[in-house]
Amino acid sequence: MENDRRYSNARMFIEALPHAKALGMTLVHIGEGGATMSMPYDERLVGDPDTGVIHGGAVSALLDTCSGTAVMSHGSQPTGTATLDLRIDYMRPANPGDTITAKAECYHVTRSVAFIRATALDADENRPVATATGAFTVQQTRKGTS
Amino acid sequence: MKRPEPVQVIKQRRDATLQALINAVPYISFMGFKFDRRGDELTGIMPYRDDLIGNPMLPALHGGATAAFLETTAIIELSWAMIWDRMEAGEDMTHPPLPKTIDLTVDYLRSGLPRDAYARATVNRSGRRYASVHVEAWQDNRSRLFAQATGHFLMPAQGE
Repeated sequence: MENDRRYSNARMFIEALPHAKALGMTLVHIGEGGATMSMPYDERLVGDPDTGVIHGGAVSALLDTCSGTAVMSHGSQPTGTATLDLRIDYMRPANPGDTITAKAECYHVTRSVAFIRATALDADENRPVATATGAFTVQQTRKGTS
Repeated sequence: MKRPEPVQVIKQRRDATLQALINAVPYISFMGFKFDRRGDELTGIMPYRDDLIGNPMLPALHGGATAAFLETTAIIELSWAMIWDRMEAGEDMTHPPLPKTIDLTVDYLRSGLPRDAYARATVNRSGRRYASVHVEAWQDNRSRLFAQATGHFLMPAQGE
């Protein structure tokens, strides 16, 4: 099926990105302007040794990757994207041991900018660990050239 | 007048305190971040590694790695400023409670090149409970920033 192929292509591409691979990220879902990715708990990513809580930087990297993936999945079919600005709010520490899942939505796209919202969750899906909003560049092959 | 301590004693204490602060966080070692100290001034270093790449086509550093580097530099600078006076007074500050990030806004100015990156943070406001920190990162030229960030942090309870 078209969707399955799209998912497996996207998954292969994203999971091969060196830094995404280093952090053990996997693509869970990709749709029209939306993406879900997860990152398993790993002791090497701990930011607070007293509690075992994952470092905010690793959560940021997951939110950033997931947001970029959501941009790439948008119906306007960008050929590339890069982060312009990303604001992350840390609501609470992620529960040590839990996989962190990020959900990103690309809610508006212009010819050159994509706007995204994203949420990071642990096993308790009712209380977000972190949220992000951001702007990404949109690269497109111009019509008539290529 | 009290005689000043020998320079090696002061240096050893400062370096050991800084190293302990960094070594306590597994994620800092995982990412390979280092800190250079001149007096009380710190410079964060993110030595280039292939697994920091986010866009293999360009290639460019991953925005997440850059964000992590900026956030870590901000936290270390803030912690360092927080413990400095007590450390200088001779207290053992090798394992202080760390500030917690409330929010971080990262501004990506140009794509990160596949080479070492440096960052310096400025504590613009540090109150009893909250702090605001600005951090700038560059690669080859100090005046050509490739990313900057501002973050708010919750300070650990003091005065135990």
